[in-house]
Amino acid sequence: MNLRAFRTLFLGLLLITFSVVKAEPANSEQKEEKKFDPKELIMHHVKDAYTFHIIDIYDKSYSIPLPVILWTENGLTTFMSSAFHHDYHGKEVVEKNGGRFVNFHEKIYQLEDGAITLEIGADEKPFNAHKPLDISITRNVFMMWVSMLVLFIIFIGAARKYKKSENFVPKGIASFVEPLVLFIRDEIAIPMIGEKKHKRYMPYLLTVFFFIWLNNIFGLIPIINGANLTGNIAFTMTLALFTFIITTVSGNKNYWKHIFWMPGVPVPMKIFLMPIEIIGMFTKPISLMIRLFANITAGHIIVLALMSLIFIFNSIAVAPISVAFSLFIIVIEIVVTAIQAYIFTILSALYFGMATEEHEHH
Amino acid sequence: MDLVTPGFGLVFWTVITFLILLFILKKFAWKPILGAVSSREESIKDALAAAEAARREMENLQADNEKILQEARNERELMMKEARDIKVKMIADAREEAKFTTEKMILQAQEAIQSEKKAAVAELKNQVATLSLEIAEKVVKHELSNKDQQEKLVQEMLGKATLN
Repeated sequence: MNLRAFRTLFLGLLLITFSVVKAEPANSEQKEEKKFDPKELIMHHVKDAYTFHIIDIYDKSYSIPLPVILWTENGLTTFMSSAFHHDYHGKEVVEKNGGRFVNFHEKIYQLEDGAITLEIGADEKPFNAHKPLDISITRNVFMMWVSMLVLFIIFIGAARKYKKSENFVPKGIASFVEPLVLFIRDEIAIPMIGEKKHKRYMPYLLTVFFFIWLNNIFGLIPIINGANLTGNIAFTMTLALFTFIITTVSGNKNYWKHIFWMPGVPVPMKIFLMPIEIIGMFTKPISLMIRLFANITAGHIIVLALMSLIFIFNSIAVAPISVAFSLFIIVIEIVVTAIQAYIFTILSALYFGMATEEHEHH
Repeated sequence: MDLVTPGFGLVFWTVITFLILLFILKKFAWKPILGAVSSREESIKDALAAAEAARREMENLQADNEKILQEARNERELMMKEARDIKVKMIADAREEAKFTTEKMILQAQEAIQSEKKAAVAELKNQVATLSLEIAEKVVKHELSNKDQQEKLVQEMLGKATLN
């Protein structure tokens, strides 16, 4: 409950509406008996969820229920997440398709046969349940689709503007999109991959850049708080995997030679370098994955931690400081959204460039 | 920790979503946009090249014009010189001709005058002779009628003739 109150306040503070702030003490005093746990709050905020929570107004929760899709031993099982009634402590049991399911800290567990309620062990882990194969439309998936739709509207719209205009002069949205597209081409693709080969990689680089950037931005919008897609390791891992696959597939003879038999160094050195280069093949995409995940998640955690200070000190007097600091961090985060998208794209381009390089450097 | 454990569901949907996004944007957005941009760049490059070519053409034309103008000027100069020469020559010729003609005319005139004079003198001589004869005849006729008178006349005439 305290979490919900906090969320209301969080939104209010972000919008800097002091009427909401004034209403806050009365609201939190009611639930003072329950201890405020910033870790739980932050983790729930940063991680994925089964409902798209929007706002709480006077204990009434407004959220968009999303479909839960599970693959169990009885086959495909689907139900709406509203069946849990906003419970994520494993108390609400949903019976469907011959299985009993609970939502325990935004993970769906299937109770073992015969079990009626979830039992939690000493290590805070469910005792009598297992996780089924879960391909639910979570709020991150939902936001990913929203971002996909937005990208379609922006870029297909921009492309159509070119068809209409004479001499390919950009108009409307196209004049906003074109400098960005040209930036990717002239500052990232051509310097990193080269004039000759960059065309093949342009669609991937453009898509990755705008996909990451837009989702970074979405992560900062307060009303859709918690849509922390780019701060989710599954998402960054997948994109890093794409870069890794493209790099490996497009690697030419020269690239593999540099990995397995480094030219221009003595034979003992070649043997010594081989494992390092092989490890390097994998550390590159892993660094991509961790960098994006850590940067975005860290930004969210800092903002939330600053906001939590109000509740840790349990004083409205801390609010201006928290607001000021988190505003400062959010402004930095706005820059970080673009920078991280740029870094991911330029490093991907760099790896493609290394994989397709022709001439010898050593 | 849960935070750094990738969930299968999100990986699954990300792969699908990203592939859809990549293919649709590639087909309907990146290709048209990049195509439009590159064809515009191409056309700008072409236009610049054409402008450069036109400028060079202009320069060549100007150089040609200059050359033609210079040639024309030279030719004019030459023609003027020739004309001047011709003029001078013509004047000289004319003067020569005139002089020659004049001299010839003068000579002819002189000759004519001379012959006229001769003729006139001859005629005068004839007339004088005739007149002398007539006078002599008259005188003789007259004198012969009077002896004294004849004598006197012969004397006088003789006197005069010797004085002549």
